[in-house]
Amino acid sequence: MQVRQPTLTTTERLYLPQILGGMKTTLRHMFHKRLRDETVVQYPEHKRVLRKENYRGVHRLNRDEQGRVACVACFMCETACPAHCIHIEGADSPWPDREKYPIRFDIDELRCIYCGMCEEACPVDAIELTPEYQLVGHSRDEMIFDKEKLLMVYDRTRGEKPRKSPPITGYE
Amino acid sequence: MNFFKAHPIFCVFCALILVGLPALFAVAWAWAAWHEAIQQAMADQLYFSVFLAVVVFGVIMGAVAYCILLERKISAWIQDRYGPNRVGPCGLLQPIADGLKFLLKEDIIPANVDKALFLLAPWMIFVVALIGFAIIPWGGEFRWPWMADDAEPLTAQVSSIDIGLLYLLAVSSLGVYGVVLGGWSSNNKYSFYGGMRAAAQMLSYEIPMGLCILVAILMSGQLRLEGIVAAQSAELLGVSALNWNVCYYPLAALILFITALAEANRMPFDLAESEQELVGGYHTEYSAMKLALFFLAEYAHMITASAFMVALFFGGYLIPGWTWLNEDTGVAAMLCRMAVTAAKIFGFIVLMMVVRWTLPRFRFDQLMRLGWKWLVPISMILVAAQTVIIYADWPRWPAALAANVLIFLAAGFFAAARDGKITGRQSSLRRRTGVSVQRA
Repeated sequence: MQVRQPTLTTTERLYLPQILGGMKTTLRHMFHKRLRDETVVQYPEHKRVLRKENYRGVHRLNRDEQGRVACVACFMCETACPAHCIHIEGADSPWPDREKYPIRFDIDELRCIYCGMCEEACPVDAIELTPEYQLVGHSRDEMIFDKEKLLMVYDRTRGEKPRKSPPITGYE
Repeated sequence: MNFFKAHPIFCVFCALILVGLPALFAVAWAWAAWHEAIQQAMADQLYFSVFLAVVVFGVIMGAVAYCILLERKISAWIQDRYGPNRVGPCGLLQPIADGLKFLLKEDIIPANVDKALFLLAPWMIFVVALIGFAIIPWGGEFRWPWMADDAEPLTAQVSSIDIGLLYLLAVSSLGVYGVVLGGWSSNNKYSFYGGMRAAAQMLSYEIPMGLCILVAILMSGQLRLEGIVAAQSAELLGVSALNWNVCYYPLAALILFITALAEANRMPFDLAESEQELVGGYHTEYSAMKLALFFLAEYAHMITASAFMVALFFGGYLIPGWTWLNEDTGVAAMLCRMAVTAAKIFGFIVLMMVVRWTLPRFRFDQLMRLGWKWLVPISMILVAAQTVIIYADWPRWPAALAANVLIFLAAGFFAAARDGKITGRQSSLRRRTGVSVQRA
């Protein structure tokens, strides 16, 4: 294999002018405060603006208009999840317009890879990913969100990111 | 405790008053009781040197700690970001946080190391870097106000021995011991390999360093650093104190800068350090305070190298044209001269840090080739040129500058003859194996 190397010009062969040119670039960046101000986001005083409608943050379980959990325990999200972090237990629902409802809905937020497959799989738009990304917990057990916690996430973020579509409760 | 958190400024103010007032009283009483003795002692060069040694040691330790912050800030600004700015205003308490972290970390000594050498290596390299400050001329000559006008002036220098630069060269050669001991005693073949490489680099770049220092010595004819600085206070082109050696031998100053970078294991010669980032190196097995000593020793080497570069080639404490600063023997002038020296050293440290983020690092064979095949012959020819100029008694300044320009161009032509490859292997590769490399 023949390697083609470009020949150096005369000033390049002296090496020093090139080094000084490099230092000119370096020094220019060093004193260019405006570029630094425009590039750097000083977290946590300033946060980056996210595209809220698409961002895949922590999950929430949506409620319908009557305040009940919208999930029908069809197990499609648990099947679709690549990380196997959703665990559901279904039971007969106490309401007339629905067959089943979840009595246990746990998501291990540390195992989750935030891919959004559960959101895509859900037929009733019950599970959604919110733009909330600042999750802090003191232990691994604390980061397993159960049904109450996921509903609480909904209560907190319903204003920021409304539901995608009207809730589907009956099967007309 | 809640009161302290609620009113921090008031509490700090009270603490300062409670501690500061008694301290002031103590100092005033000591002065009133013993001021004769103190004045007598300070007028003596020995006691003053001890006092200055303590002051310089404290200042250099603080400077070395804040060099870490300076390096992080400068490298951040070059990379279009801010450095540490959370701990204290503008990150000024970051070195204290770093120091606390290093003090509180677990000190691990691996199982089969050579204990004595393992513990000795970081101290060796740090102490060697620090004792080089003994001969730097900080402030020149001065007299205290209570000394008679015809008394012997004091030199603001820790020791002004006759063999100043020889001491410096000896001490900087001892730095290789620390690196080799650190690599050898770690019981780790990668550390050993890194230590050997660092030692080879430091040794091979001491030769051009010594030769360039020899050029400065030949310029002034003496080994005492304050004599060399005093010789640079003569006139040149009608401007007083412009007789700086860099005006005569800029090439020697440049080679001294390059070899100082190599001695301190800085970019672009930090192959020993980059191995630490990648695989290992002479300080892989160290933790906590010993590791901190290795890093601080590198910055201390940088400050030492900048200090003697400033003293040898850039006029020490002289500013061209300011006769008051250069010749007055008052205390205020001495403090101003110290500030000038410190400012110049600071400038060189910033230059070293900017160069680190400008140039990529050398491969080890490129480094060796640059040192032995280029820097050693060039510095030898510089020494020969200076001796010829002195012997033939030519006018110093034009002859020296002409010699510099000629040597630089000759080196350029040699480099051009090798197709611009000062550090590459292409030409020797073609001769030995017959493989042809197509030129575009």
